[in-house]
Amino acid sequence: MTVINSVTCPICGCVCDDIEVTVENNEVVKVKNGCAMCESKFLGYRGEHRLKTPLMRKDGKLVPVSMNEAVHAAAEVLANSTYPILYGWSSTSSEAQRIGVELTEEVGGIMDNTAVVCHGPSILGVQEVGESTCTLGQIRHRADLIIYWGCDPWSAHPRHLERYTSFTEGRFEKSEWKAYMQKLKSQAGQKKMQSAMRIETGGTQPRPQTCSVPGMPQTMSKDGRKLIVVDVRKTMSAEMADYFIQVEPNKDFELMQALRVLVRDEDLDVDKVAGVSVEYLKQVADALVNCEFGVIFFGMGLTQTAGKFRNIEIAIQLVRDLNTRTKFVIMPMRGHFNVTGANVVSAWQSGYPYAVDFSLGYPRYNPGETTCMDVLLREENDASLVIAADPGANFPKKAVENMVKHPLIVIDPHMNATSMLGDIVFPSAFVGIEVEGTAYRMDQVPLPLKKIVEPPKGILSDEEILSKILAEVKKIKSKKTAKKAEA
Amino acid sequence: MFSEPTLKYNCLNYIGKVGIMVEQKLQVTLLTGRTIEQGVGKEKGKASKEYFDACSMCYMDADDMKKLGVKNNTNILVSTPDGSVVLKAVKYPRSATPGLIYVPYGPWANAVCSNKTTSIGMPSFKGTPAEVEPAPEKLVLTMEELLMKEFGR
Repeated sequence: MTVINSVTCPICGCVCDDIEVTVENNEVVKVKNGCAMCESKFLGYRGEHRLKTPLMRKDGKLVPVSMNEAVHAAAEVLANSTYPILYGWSSTSSEAQRIGVELTEEVGGIMDNTAVVCHGPSILGVQEVGESTCTLGQIRHRADLIIYWGCDPWSAHPRHLERYTSFTEGRFEKSEWKAYMQKLKSQAGQKKMQSAMRIETGGTQPRPQTCSVPGMPQTMSKDGRKLIVVDVRKTMSAEMADYFIQVEPNKDFELMQALRVLVRDEDLDVDKVAGVSVEYLKQVADALVNCEFGVIFFGMGLTQTAGKFRNIEIAIQLVRDLNTRTKFVIMPMRGHFNVTGANVVSAWQSGYPYAVDFSLGYPRYNPGETTCMDVLLREENDASLVIAADPGANFPKKAVENMVKHPLIVIDPHMNATSMLGDIVFPSAFVGIEVEGTAYRMDQVPLPLKKIVEPPKGILSDEEILSKILAEVKKIKSKKTAKKAEA
Repeated sequence: MFSEPTLKYNCLNYIGKVGIMVEQKLQVTLLTGRTIEQGVGKEKGKASKEYFDACSMCYMDADDMKKLGVKNNTNILVSTPDGSVVLKAVKYPRSATPGLIYVPYGPWANAVCSNKTTSIGMPSFKGTPAEVEPAPEKLVLTMEELLMKEFGR
């Protein structure tokens, strides 16, 4: 039995690097410090859903084939296609992503990563107005006002609060964990009282509505770190917050513009904005201006709702306004553990962070035209390679319909929706468990991923599979060129 | 907070003098997103029971469920111009969310999601109009069945 310390978790954008894993007979038997998703991955990655051999669709069914046969078939598809999509890249190492750029350039396709359905609009927003940001370490030690806007870290980044924001013990800011526990106890008491009242009144008491309490809660004037959550529904993270603003769906832009007005000490001539009273917003604006170091974390609640990248643009402008009064930064809550890496690698290799089109022989970037979602919806692709992502489960129906009309190559450790739909499926080793690599945390800090167990026999890493396909594509293309020269 | 969800009654289905409605539809706003159960399920494996349980459901407001005559854990049909899917309705435990339904990311949510990218590559996964109706007799499809139905594979 071996205990391995400081293992980096390959799941979400938090990339926690304090996981303790116990390994016995080349299997993970115990995980310490991780969240529910971390345990689920480390203890369940070898389950019955694991792909064991390369598969190819023959007579409508996926049948096992040899690695060489699959590599040759995949290379043939890519070499003979005119506009292939190479999509995914977010749950793999930066080393594999680098080979991905070379492969896409070689076959003249589109390289797009999962940011397109995640924080693509955030990138567009940043390209419009710039960004004031920092590392999570600075936030941990110094931030005294944390805002989660349109994201639910408790569900999607379970250790974010504990490692980087409110519930972490920083050098200059203390953890709010004890205060939160006290709040929970008092809330439990209140709930008991309310349920006793309901029983007493025969159930005539109405259900409590959120955001109906007038005035600022007392917790907003407390010392220490403050937590504000803005969302369309009361999430678990909202329950942890000192202050929860329930915004109407698709109205984030208006709410943020209203806050900008109030932060600039100007007046609004309405009573309510996006379902929130202006009196209330004035107090929030006061809290924003009076903090020493504030941060806005934002998620899909901004990028996937009406306005999309304009929401991000206005959020950054709010941060810019706040920086005239105090210190404020903004950061997207990145989903996959290395989606930031996919953007970084793509940007340093091609000049653009996602949706890069190599079909003209040089990199071109025009979101809306070269984003894989639009290419799929316009039915312009003639082949696809999906690696370390699952568009079969996460793309709208019409996009997947068009993806499966043409040959689909899938590289993934698991039998997921895309693998089920694929024509050529490669099983790969888990990055961060069975192979090492590099991943970029959501604040763009690169961290090493460890190899803690050996991969199953015959299972290669994403990097090795891509290298084999790339070599085969080059071979096929050079043969073609030689034939043409002969002719 | 939100505009009051409107009920569409099918008058032909009123039965007798008491006016029992056997069919009604609710106009709602569809949100899709993450839940911790979906996160645990996806890491275990997309073909796992955990993933199916976490993603083939739909959080609804308790009052909306009453209006629709749907009990907790019964099936509903969610329809949008882009498609329809049978999901298990679950009461949202944390607060009232009138007029909102929340489906965790997954193939079930994407069967009804809008694919309008507004020319920036991002489909509208949140905040699109949808219609909900009770479907207690219809079954929630497994991922294999759903993929077979939608894509023939």
